[in-house]
Amino acid sequence: MITLGHYLLVSGVLFSIGFAGVMLRRNLIIILMSLELMLNAANLSLVAFSRFRVDSNGLLNYNAQVFVFFIITVAAAEVAVGLAILVALFRARQTTDVKDISALKF
Amino acid sequence: MSPLLFWLFASLTVIFGAAVVINRNPVASALSLVVSFLGLAALFMSLDAYFVGIIQVLVYAGAVMVLFLFIVMLLNLQAEERRRINWVATAGGAGVAIILLVQIALTIGRFDAARKTFPPLSESTTDDVRNIGATLFRNYNLPFQIIGVLVLVATIGVVLLSKRESR
Repeated sequence: MITLGHYLLVSGVLFSIGFAGVMLRRNLIIILMSLELMLNAANLSLVAFSRFRVDSNGLLNYNAQVFVFFIITVAAAEVAVGLAILVALFRARQTTDVKDISALKF
Repeated sequence: MSPLLFWLFASLTVIFGAAVVINRNPVASALSLVVSFLGLAALFMSLDAYFVGIIQVLVYAGAVMVLFLFIVMLLNLQAEERRRINWVATAGGAGVAIILLVQIALTIGRFDAARKTFPPLSESTTDDVRNIGATLFRNYNLPFQIIGVLVLVATIGVVLLSKRESR
């Protein structure tokens, strides 16, 4: 049988993949995609917990799903702003590589 | 949901999620991300979260992915040239991610509720979208309005950022 732990483990694996993408890749677009993967991994565990804890009358508890709705909205806004910053950066420097953007590096 | 379908969609999500990180071509990464999100939407629906699954397909596989592909096209990005990989840095980054994964797995292993199956649902008289809407507008009305302001600010910010400054 599929338990809560299975969904949480899939969520954890997906989060780790996104984290590895942020650590390993140098292309800013790929880093933004990895951030999306991490946000979605969090969404998956929220929905799994929402399904796991049903109300006393046997109906779903929708609080976590509303939270997921908020996360999706914020993530969409974040992607739009991030990509706009990326385009502005590309106009100024003609690069999307994090290795070439080191003016603030200590 | 049958275990077979769970394993199918879970492996689809994880394999294509890994392909996002592994692919060197940004277009291939973006398309892998679409498949990964579609698998995730199927997992949401297996958890009886139909509305969340639908907006996952609409917002992520639709809008966000079009945005990514559009930017890749606009910037005319090529696949990264195969430069010498710094093996120490790569091993360090992968090591930290693997340590995180092991930590998550150990925490889930010690979590008693993780070994329980999902409780059965009784038949609801109202549909999923109506229930979410009721929760959203009754209990979370103020956060909903704040998120509207956030989206407005993000829209204005994006227009300002992408405007060419005239000198």
